[in-house]
Amino acid sequence: MSSITRDEVAHLARLARIELTDTELDHLAPQLDLIIGWVAQVSDVAAADIPPTSHSLPLTNVMRPDENVECLTPEQALAGAPAAEQQRFRVPRILTEEA
Amino acid sequence: MSDLTRKTAAELSDLMTSGQASSVEITQAHLDRIAAVDDAVHAFLYVDTEGALEQARSVDERRAAGEELGPLAGVPLALKDVLTQQDVPTTAGSRILEGWRPPYDATTVARLKAAGVVILGKTNMDEFAMGSSTENSAYGPTHNPWDLDKIPGGSGGGSAAAVAAYEAPLAIGTDTGGSIRQPGAVTGTVGVKPTYGGTSRYGLIALASSLDTPGPCARTTLDAALLHEAIAGHDPMDSTSIDQAVPPVVAAARRASVEGTRIGVVKEMGGEGYQPGVEARFHEAVELLTKLGAEVTEVSCPHFQYGLPAYYLILPSEASSNLAKFDAMRFGLRVGDDGELSAEEVMARTREAGFGAEVKRRIMLGTYALSSGYYDAYYGQAQKVRTLIQRDFARAYEQVDVLVSPSTPTTAFRIGERVDDPIAMYMNDLCTIPSNLAGNAAGSFPAGLADEDGLPVGFHVMAPVMRDDLVYQVGAALEAALAEQWGGVLMTKAAELEVSR
Repeated sequence: MSSITRDEVAHLARLARIELTDTELDHLAPQLDLIIGWVAQVSDVAAADIPPTSHSLPLTNVMRPDENVECLTPEQALAGAPAAEQQRFRVPRILTEEA
Repeated sequence: MSDLTRKTAAELSDLMTSGQASSVEITQAHLDRIAAVDDAVHAFLYVDTEGALEQARSVDERRAAGEELGPLAGVPLALKDVLTQQDVPTTAGSRILEGWRPPYDATTVARLKAAGVVILGKTNMDEFAMGSSTENSAYGPTHNPWDLDKIPGGSGGGSAAAVAAYEAPLAIGTDTGGSIRQPGAVTGTVGVKPTYGGTSRYGLIALASSLDTPGPCARTTLDAALLHEAIAGHDPMDSTSIDQAVPPVVAAARRASVEGTRIGVVKEMGGEGYQPGVEARFHEAVELLTKLGAEVTEVSCPHFQYGLPAYYLILPSEASSNLAKFDAMRFGLRVGDDGELSAEEVMARTREAGFGAEVKRRIMLGTYALSSGYYDAYYGQAQKVRTLIQRDFARAYEQVDVLVSPSTPTTAFRIGERVDDPIAMYMNDLCTIPSNLAGNAAGSFPAGLADEDGLPVGFHVMAPVMRDDLVYQVGAALEAALAEQWGGVLMTKAAELEVSR
């Protein structure tokens, strides 16, 4: 029984913002199907009355004092940017013409 | 002093304290060793020759001026490329970060620098720490110094191989599902995953935030403990950092005793799928510990077998979120920015070009597991398994002090052998993953060589949260007893690497 189709994998790739090639899709789709079938065995033991654990530590929110501390300079923050302009990250257009 | 690269960190420290060697001499010896063997091993992605020598000079000057220095001052170290070091290229083994120079130090790196540790360079790894063989590095695989055709483990294969090839006495790894311990096991070295939250994640390029743990790699247990102590402890920059005293790991490594220690052998970690030579060395080690005064019993942890599938839901889910930051906007690669394509299209092209096959596989798996309609069936169920595994550990620790198992089901396999069989590859971490899911401390220690292939076998010790000291105490006891049999630690049995130049 197939748990995931090639079309669904293509849809996932769009959600994940990865422009997969056809060859990659051909290769990945059956692999993901196999892996998903294999990980599904967790359902064999995960009964309804078992609480989920998201984290190994009993955590509460951690706050620091509201004080100014040293941080990166604008030059440091922009040093690794693919493109920068006027002390800002320059990005490709984010809106379409009609918007 | 041609044998400086054969010394342990503790021995190098003594040589410097007694004035028999300088940090510059020691650092240069290791840089020369890297130049001689790293073409064959490929443990390093970047060697910071100038930076390392400058750090070494500074330590020598401070020592000459009579400054009080820590036990690792002047000792060289190899740093896994997943930790940021200011102004030094950091790629996490990925094309998407090629050429990136971080503007800040990870907390681990800041602590190493404060301890006077000399950072030789950045080590190779599976891309974004996804893998168990270092074959997923975008920059080519690392080779196991015991047999160059074999994998050095992963994701921290570069760090383990650097230590095993005498390119550095110490290395830093990060362990999310076994990435310190499994490479340690297959390269005949020591690797310890501290308690989750015992070492800081600040500046560690995140794979799975609820699992990632930096920790030490070394050729001896004492060296690993010294490094552990140098990097561990509360960090306000990491909101999941534990605000408690560091467990006394160095004292435990020196104590090296299992007299009266209650050791539980995990029943489920053996049998089918385990290489006979791995099981043989493991059981001999258990017998040896019994002779040394340990009380050994068998313990059942019935849910550990579900750790692996649960991990391959939790990890991809967290990773797919964490890796969303690689969006071609603020750092790293950008592809297709031609003035026409939208930000989203540029993002998709960049991620296609910048990520390797395993990273794509796991991002897709995580995206699937977290998508609406599937969340409860997959991620939610995996989180319940995490609870069951924690309960197994809690029950076991009511009866015993530590649990033990082989570190890996098999020894190192041939490079290329499992590349296209993800599930077979994932099996490497069968024994190491439960400790990550529960957050407790664990380490791998050399147990000898498998009869079939003459390759190293690792002995895995698991201890409760914040009882990292027990891991070292048991590991050191085993190491001392085996060294007596062998006339030295396991690494002394490795064949000499052919030296180029």
